Amino acid sequence: MLWNSVYNEFIKITAKPRSYLGLLAITVLVGVILFALKVDGQSMIAFVTSSFEQTLSFQGTLLNGNLVAFIVLQMLIIHIPLLVALVTGDLVSGEAASGTIRMLLTKPISRTQLLLSKFIAGAVYTLCLIIWLGILAVIVGKVLFGNGDLMVLNSDGLVILQEQDVNWRYAGGFAVAFLALLTVSTLSICLSCFSNNSIGPIVVTMAIIILFTIIGTLDVKLFDAIRPYLFTTHMASWRSFFEEPLPLKEIIKSLIILLAHQVILIGLALYHFNKKDITT
Amino acid sequence: MSDKIIEVQQLAKRFGSFEAVKDVNFTVYKGDVFGFLGPNGAGKSTSIRCLLSLIKPDRGEIKIYGQTLAANRSQILARTGSIIEKPDFYKYLSAYQNLAIFSRISGATASAKEIYQMLDFVGLAGREKDKVAGFSHGMKQRLGIAQTLLHKPDLIILDEPTTGLDPQGIIDIRNLILRLRDEQGKTVVLSSHLLAEMELIANRMVIINKGKTVVEGEVSKLLSSDDLVVQLEIDKVESAKNYLKNHLPQLEIIDSTATHLELAITKSMLPELNKSLVQQGFSIYAIESKRKLEDYFIKMLKADVVE
Repeated sequence: MLWNSVYNEFIKITAKPRSYLGLLAITVLVGVILFALKVDGQSMIAFVTSSFEQTLSFQGTLLNGNLVAFIVLQMLIIHIPLLVALVTGDLVSGEAASGTIRMLLTKPISRTQLLLSKFIAGAVYTLCLIIWLGILAVIVGKVLFGNGDLMVLNSDGLVILQEQDVNWRYAGGFAVAFLALLTVSTLSICLSCFSNNSIGPIVVTMAIIILFTIIGTLDVKLFDAIRPYLFTTHMASWRSFFEEPLPLKEIIKSLIILLAHQVILIGLALYHFNKKDITT
Repeated sequence: MSDKIIEVQQLAKRFGSFEAVKDVNFTVYKGDVFGFLGPNGAGKSTSIRCLLSLIKPDRGEIKIYGQTLAANRSQILARTGSIIEKPDFYKYLSAYQNLAIFSRISGATASAKEIYQMLDFVGLAGREKDKVAGFSHGMKQRLGIAQTLLHKPDLIILDEPTTGLDPQGIIDIRNLILRLRDEQGKTVVLSSHLLAEMELIANRMVIINKGKTVVEGEVSKLLSSDDLVVQLEIDKVESAKNYLKNHLPQLEIIDSTATHLELAITKSMLPELNKSLVQQGFSIYAIESKRKLEDYFIKMLKADVVE
């Protein structure tokens, strides 16, 4: 019954025009970034490297597919949560608003199975977005700009990663980015269980991300204790894969915190959804 | 095996400070078309939603097919079909896709052929691939019936299935319910405001008011009691009213117009009423018995208020 319901969710997601907005938005945004880098990328790179030119000598093409993919990922990972929430925030509340939740819950499928099927479908949709972003950023980026060593400017300084050392880092980086977005997806589905209108959970998800990001950015002692545990703090953990040496401990810590968020949010959603009276 | 399909005892449900259902009790037997009656806000929808586990009751017991609903939800719902208030579908999907979606989680996935046959059965042949967004209310209602029947349930629960339908649509639903009972032996629980419709198809009923069961039983027995409501077409209505108040105080004047009097009276008093009015010189043009469900319903609600 669970997999039948997951299949139903896929049919619903693929039939809704809003589901394609995310893919379209990513295509347009990446397209704009790639176009901008193709047209004026060299001067951008020159601006960044100018401060190092007195101590370092750069040879070869710095503006290559690997750098382009890194820039794309850095720029878009902040915006993709909105695209994720746009679809996943509607998965339960949209059904409540349209009345179909009433029809679904008079069927023998358990509420737990129904909700889990929505979490699974939301996860697959999020995965599709991140894979599409990966294809556009890494593969199209390399086709348009060629391959080469990756130069990354971290807080510790400049890191140069060799061409053959980059692909696995992208795989790891995208996997962590997926887990971060999966937390957003889980949050919006959880909020969706508490709402009977489609827009509310999407807006609240974004509001929470903005709030947590502000808390994470503000240098206030009061927030020091909670900052490490906010999922937004770990949304940029994909960058850790582009550090040398690899900060494995930090990556694992981020994964644990993101997974803990997901477990708590799924648990909360299941508890509420199973107790909820359907009066719409 | 017991022929009781539904047993509801002391059902109660509170929303905050509002007690929507206080003490609802009724039993539905196999093959019944069971009328579920009550004024707006009586607790009908809450009770029906409790039967389908959409709402969890605070108190009371619901047994369906002899099994406790709370402990056997999936098994019970696999044998139950329902429409609550109005059938809502995925507007961006076709009629066929909607039925396929509900079928997949109904315990017995229907084949494409069965879905097409069901759409044909409810009169939606040729519209299978049309998106539900373009369907009229009547078509959605018929699709709702198809969704209800597709997994071949033994029990069908219909909450206000005729709301918003035109007269032909109401007749179609009525005939469909009777076919389901007579040809397929289904048990149907039916909630409706259309008492005349209910009178035509229900064999048993419960009336609830203010969250409590007022009366339950066979429609024919409840309506064949000695108590009648009669409408007299008579001249000098005001004089007749005064005369009746003074000389036959045991009857109740329910309503009056310039030409008619509506009275609550026992069957045995009817000849005496007729005789005395004629003897007093009143001209009676017609006596119409209104021993209909609507009057019985109103009477029971009034009695409940007095209590």
